[in-house]
Amino acid sequence: MRRNAALPGCLHIRAREWAVMIALAAALAIIGAVSLTVGTYDLSIQDILEVLAAKAGLAVEPSNGKAVTVLAVIRLPRIVIAALAGAALAVSGAAYQGIFKNPMVSPDILGVSAGAGAGAALALLLGLSSLAVHAMSFLFGVVAVAVVMALARSFGKSGNAIVVMILAGTVISSVFTAVTSLLKYVADPDDQLPQITYWLMGSFARSGNDANVWTMALALLVGGGALLAARWRINVMSFGDDEARAMGVNVNATRAVIIAAATLLTSITVCMCGSVGWVGLIIPHITRLVTGPNYRSLIPISMLGGACFMVVVDDIARIAVPGELPISVLTALIGAPLFLFLLARGRKEWL
Amino acid sequence: MSIRISNLTCGYKGHAVVSGFDAVVEQGSVFCLLGPNGVGKTTLFRTMLGLLPAIGGSVEVDGEETLRCTDKHRAKLLSYVPQAHTPPFAFTAADVVVMGASAVGGMFGRPGASNYDAARRAMAELGILDLAPRAYTELSGGQRQMVLIARAVAQGSRYLMMDEPCASLDLGNEARVLEAVKNLARKGFGVIMTTHSPAHVAQCAARGVLLMRDGSRVTGGVEELLDPQALSRAYGVDVAVGKAACGQGPDDCQTTLCGPVVR
Repeated sequence: MRRNAALPGCLHIRAREWAVMIALAAALAIIGAVSLTVGTYDLSIQDILEVLAAKAGLAVEPSNGKAVTVLAVIRLPRIVIAALAGAALAVSGAAYQGIFKNPMVSPDILGVSAGAGAGAALALLLGLSSLAVHAMSFLFGVVAVAVVMALARSFGKSGNAIVVMILAGTVISSVFTAVTSLLKYVADPDDQLPQITYWLMGSFARSGNDANVWTMALALLVGGGALLAARWRINVMSFGDDEARAMGVNVNATRAVIIAAATLLTSITVCMCGSVGWVGLIIPHITRLVTGPNYRSLIPISMLGGACFMVVVDDIARIAVPGELPISVLTALIGAPLFLFLLARGRKEWL
Repeated sequence: MSIRISNLTCGYKGHAVVSGFDAVVEQGSVFCLLGPNGVGKTTLFRTMLGLLPAIGGSVEVDGEETLRCTDKHRAKLLSYVPQAHTPPFAFTAADVVVMGASAVGGMFGRPGASNYDAARRAMAELGILDLAPRAYTELSGGQRQMVLIARAVAQGSRYLMMDEPCASLDLGNEARVLEAVKNLARKGFGVIMTTHSPAHVAQCAARGVLLMRDGSRVTGGVEELLDPQALSRAYGVDVAVGKAACGQGPDDCQTTLCGPVVR
């Protein structure tokens, strides 16, 4: 904080960033704790504390055996993976927006989600191992973003670059969605078809196990860590290649690392819980409204905000109707009007 | 200490747009690139900055070859001041200048105390410290241009390459930007700038080169470049050049004007 004091009038901006980060971290802890109590099976606070204590390695014997199953096996991993997925989607959206100098893109708009979904569906259809599913999903995600970049570069002029990129993303997204439909068509209707369909709709219901939690955490550590470390360069890259190069940034290497990290986060999330839209678009925008566009704070705050948002959305999915709502339905119902509201406020940095 | 451009040939895909270009730009001087649209000013400018691969020749900054070195190395010798633009995100002016001061720090580098200090000094040097907390996107064109100049100064190089620094600025901002350019030259910076206004050569006490459509060039100072015949040959219209006084002011209240003759 002291460093920024060198520039007059900027201290309060840094102070606000820290305040928001601390508030969001606290909110995440509270939301996570409250989420443990949310669900169709009622648990007392005492049950929850006992299970958590036992899970933490304390010598406590939970008195309610069912509570152990509900919390340790179902709710806790599910809450953790929802938080990790929300952080991953929000931060990858923020990264794509910066690297493409385009505030209107996100993993779903760029076609990365659709590509990753098609790759994963193909791997599922072929009955490949879970590692191969992740690899194929990542590969297809990278192909999607590479094609969108190539299209935007060959057709985009400086005046319409933002729109061309969104259109290219729409086209690629629709192509990969068609591929997925084809895969569904040839899939075994008794077994594979429902599996692919329900998974793509997006849900944390089946993804909450320890192995998935660790995979997701590792991906966030690697991909999110890389984005966190490179966040100062994303700022510079958002001024375009010429300026970034003239300021001494190795643009090709930096772009490759940032795109790889963002695509890894998107594809792993798609593998875990299907295609969940909107998070990567709206969370970075809300963050910019609150603390400004500097990636110094945008990256960590988007992570925390995305995590909070996703856990809340998953809670709603669990309790809104008997059975369960698909996550992507909820994020669209919440995200679309929210985005229109933000658009109507007409921030100057948009379009 | 100077930028030495020798026999530089530049263009796209092996097709030369400007060939055999020579120039020397000393520290403490201003050098203007003049010429009509489409004559290769931008190509030459971008090639000198290392943004386009050169077809032949060399650019040496203080004795160091900069056409074939890394972007990082070049950035320490030469900085780029683009035309005032609208980036997609509303960074504060301070953020923008700090980026210039810290971008050479590698992919995972972050600004340190010395970078913030360099940013503050650059903004103070240009007299825009009061803009620091304001959103860059909400500044006027002239203010943005000053922020971009501060960013280039904060980068720490001794040479600045400005792409039409006065494009689409009103008279007041044009004067402020040109005064900043002159002041930087006085402090020892070397400035290369492209411009559509030949009068800038006189206003900045600069030297420069006038590129013609036929590939010939006129090099020199005010005398050679503000020659009505040379200018009309370059631009294909009659050009009038003259001194004008601002009225009752002191003797130094006059300026050189240059404009096309409209019939």
